[in-house]
Amino acid sequence: MTTQRKFVAGGLVIVAALGYLIWSGVTQSVVYFVTPSELLAAPVANKTYRLGGMVLPGSLKWEPKTLSLAFTLSDGKGQVSVRHRGAPPDLFAEGRGAVVEGSWAREGYFQASLILAKHSEEYKAPHDGADPGYKELLRTLRREPRTDEKPPR
Amino acid sequence: MTRALGWLAALALVIGLGAAFGYAPREAVQGNVQRIMYLHVPAVLTAYLAFALVFAGSLGYLFTRRLGWDRLAVAAAEPGVLFTGLTIVSGSIWGKPTWGTWWTWDARLTSTAVLFLVYVGYLLLRGMVDEPDRRARYAAVVGILGAANIPIVHFSVKWWRALHQPSTILGPEPSPIAAPIALTLLVNWIAFTLLFLYFLARRAEIARLEESHAG
Repeated sequence: MTTQRKFVAGGLVIVAALGYLIWSGVTQSVVYFVTPSELLAAPVANKTYRLGGMVLPGSLKWEPKTLSLAFTLSDGKGQVSVRHRGAPPDLFAEGRGAVVEGSWAREGYFQASLILAKHSEEYKAPHDGADPGYKELLRTLRREPRTDEKPPR
Repeated sequence: MTRALGWLAALALVIGLGAAFGYAPREAVQGNVQRIMYLHVPAVLTAYLAFALVFAGSLGYLFTRRLGWDRLAVAAAEPGVLFTGLTIVSGSIWGKPTWGTWWTWDARLTSTAVLFLVYVGYLLLRGMVDEPDRRARYAAVVGILGAANIPIVHFSVKWWRALHQPSTILGPEPSPIAAPIALTLLVNWIAFTLLFLYFLARRAEIARLEESHAG
């Protein structure tokens, strides 16, 4: 076998391996999380899932004393109620995306062991009124009217 | 010439750092931690540029068999690995307070880890072969095949479900980004590109000196 043939053979192996990785990539195996409607279509009790969706506004319940967290994840079509013990990450909030790791409990809810917050690709400057900051603080120290309040007539 | 480029890069980095902490506003949702973006995004865009040059140098060498192309490839690959490492470390530090984890095996993070390992492998391969023409030929094959991963990394957030958010810049359609944040990002991107070009020029010079001493 000449060096050139070895090279061709080696190259083919590498290309085949890369091709397989890409092919397996576009099929189901790299789905990072399932959506609530996908989970509800065929839930398997005690199987480990990663579940992703939006935290339904109005569904979030947080008990600081017992560290118990409950909320509903939605993808617009299906809704799954999730329970967790522990504090969520800072960006976790109603109306935002989240991915949770855990398993489907027989009683019909998702028991999460890890909560991950998704954040959007939008980057906004804070609104003038929403972020008081140090300038606002200085203004109040100087007893000037706040900029976000209308002056009395 | 190279020295002037170095000073220009240093100046741009100082301006970029000043803009990142002094000019850019505190981001509305994420707060101050979003400022990591001004390191994270320029680092990965520079890494893309570096590996594109490795690809160009590898193709150029295989077609012409001139070692100048190989010097371009190695001079781009080393800072490319550095900037990919910076991307992963800064992304990890950004991920902990926002996502709630240092690392997760989603499509973007996994493909970026593969990108890093492929070019570390590229440098290891170069270190194992002493004869310059053979080294250039072997490396060129890896340099060309490895480039296939660059679009996979970039479009991973579009093709597959991931924890990582989609692209804000270089995305299919422009996403909402406040003008001062975009401008700060642009300044840092230019600064990182200048720094990379300085590294590239210096490393290519070293490679040329090594060859003239060996041969």
